[in-house]
Amino acid sequence: MTKTIDAVQDQFETFQILSEDGEVVNESAMPELSDEQLQELMRRMVYTRIWDQRAISLNRQGRLGFYAPVAGQEASMLGTQFALDKEDWILPGYRDIPQIVFHGLPLYQAFLYSRGHFQGGQIPEGVNVLMPQIIIGAQIIQAAGVGFGLKKNGKKNVCITYTGDGGASQGDFYEGLNFAGAYQANTIFVVQNNRFAISVPVEKQSAAKTIAQKAVAAGIEGIQVDGMDVLAVYAATQQARERAIEGDGPTLIETLTYRYGPHTMAGDDPTRYRTKELDDEWEKKDPLVRFRKFLEKKKLWSEDQEQKVVDEAKEDIKAAIKKADGAPKQKVTDLINFMFEELPYNLREQLEEYTAKESK
Amino acid sequence: MAQMTMIQAITDAMRNELKNNENVLVFGEDVGQNGGVFRATEGLQKEFGEDRVFDTPLAESGIGGLALGLGLTGFRPVMEIQFFGFVFEVMDSVVAQMARMRYRSGGVYNSPVTIRSPFGGGVKTPELHADNLEGLMYQSPGIKVVIPATPYDAKGLLISAIRDNDPVVYLEHMKLYRSFRGEVPEEEYTIEIGKADVKREGKDISIITYGAMVHASLKAAEELEKDGISAEVIDLRTISPLDIDTIIASVEKTGRAIVVQEAQKQAGIGAFVVAEINDRAILSLEAPVLRVAAPDTVFPFASAEDVWIPDHRDIVEKAKKVYNF
Repeated sequence: MTKTIDAVQDQFETFQILSEDGEVVNESAMPELSDEQLQELMRRMVYTRIWDQRAISLNRQGRLGFYAPVAGQEASMLGTQFALDKEDWILPGYRDIPQIVFHGLPLYQAFLYSRGHFQGGQIPEGVNVLMPQIIIGAQIIQAAGVGFGLKKNGKKNVCITYTGDGGASQGDFYEGLNFAGAYQANTIFVVQNNRFAISVPVEKQSAAKTIAQKAVAAGIEGIQVDGMDVLAVYAATQQARERAIEGDGPTLIETLTYRYGPHTMAGDDPTRYRTKELDDEWEKKDPLVRFRKFLEKKKLWSEDQEQKVVDEAKEDIKAAIKKADGAPKQKVTDLINFMFEELPYNLREQLEEYTAKESK
Repeated sequence: MAQMTMIQAITDAMRNELKNNENVLVFGEDVGQNGGVFRATEGLQKEFGEDRVFDTPLAESGIGGLALGLGLTGFRPVMEIQFFGFVFEVMDSVVAQMARMRYRSGGVYNSPVTIRSPFGGGVKTPELHADNLEGLMYQSPGIKVVIPATPYDAKGLLISAIRDNDPVVYLEHMKLYRSFRGEVPEEEYTIEIGKADVKREGKDISIITYGAMVHASLKAAEELEKDGISAEVIDLRTISPLDIDTIIASVEKTGRAIVVQEAQKQAGIGAFVVAEINDRAILSLEAPVLRVAAPDTVFPFASAEDVWIPDHRDIVEKAKKVYNF
């Protein structure tokens, strides 16, 4: 029996294109990306790193609400999203804000979401994303449904959803993979394995050596990717997307990554469960450092370019915060109106009550 | 006019909507080839094809997620939970996801999902099949809860539920599936969700009820008539939202009321109805509003159902207590 399990696990070697030094170690897997696209990938990662730093500081100043830091996971997040078509759907978890912003959600709305303002969830028309999911795993079964719906509609589009290593322990994770497999839905499941579900290490989540191998039981494709290597992440997602729209079914992608910061800004202290040695080990794999080295060798990136992105990000964030500050104060009457298409008697009465109260 | 059982009326409603709107999808465990464990979807897969009427893997939570996702891509899902006792498995999808979709997105998205499910005692199922869990749904903002008591109501309400742009939990009392036939027009018609029906007019006391207890209450009303008590029987038909106007108009007329439910006293919606009457019509009352309900145990094993579920005698007794207060 042990031999059989090993045989399955051994199929899931980590897929990598760039080494930690930015050297191409897997030439044949290199995705076809133009120089401009390569630079755009770098721009997005730098932008997101700056945004993350600003968001943490804004949270500490009380100017942002709920925030789950993303530094360390840029390649995993942005490499997957970069492989999508504008009409593809994203069903994010609460940390997956960069993907939905680069898919079209205006930054100021991401800030409003963080503050708990309903306008943060008002996704603009033509932007196919859902609001960030809080219940771990709920988005996975929903993604099977969206992917199945896209297939039924004959769309050459996919639904991509994200969870973490902890999310892969949920029942909904297995149900989602299994449903998508049974219907050969146009769905891509991404597990960003950042090694810790808040504080619990991935070794305590499961006896499985990889999360990617969980695809085997569902009868779908699975791949483990170096999640600090943006080219590998992009290539894996791009292939998964091709497979899905060609009718070859869903794929589970496990990205090996690390979050440098705390779980969220609501009081988590990673020093309680992670060692400095482990932090250092993962910072050596940093996705920005690695990709920068690769681009610099190709003369596609310079300090000036980097600085330009840093300045641009800071300006955008400033403007987005200003715009978010301008959002109207929330009223109970606004919220009541979003409960049903037509309000039942109890809400109609409460609407009247709060209209009077709020007009005082 | 055709005579149909309630289950035939339910099938007829789904057939009507599958014909009427190509985005309607019907799915759940065993609903395809097998036509559902109660034959509610009998013949529908054959008539409309596997693209429209299909089986799902055996996982209720997955069915709920599937329905929500299909709803986002333009479909109008009619999902079946094989027995409502299994609702705990899909509770997150229904009350935490579909019910909040409109609110969380500030009105951008909605979940036009109908959740059909058999429930209710008296047919000797194994555990966790028949439980009266409608009160949990009532307590969850963002969903509507419909419980028909006759074949006619079953068809009109199910068509309305499927056409509704918000999630509707549509509960089918198993004891009523085939216990009698009623007149059901072959053509389509809708019954507005949130509207009760006065199943029997009376002037001395209002019996407010829903589901299988409508029939026990009608039987009780006949008994009461023999003793010179004229009882009005209100079939709520929708328990969320309540038809408060019909309830209050009746109570103002009779001055007395009891609320009858098959669910345990601490469950169901009896307490909510009493509270609404107190809020709105206390000065019309000649007596306290009392409840007929099952005891606060878990839903009983099959052979104990007969002693556990309230019957017309319990209703007569409670009605007399209120009448003679």
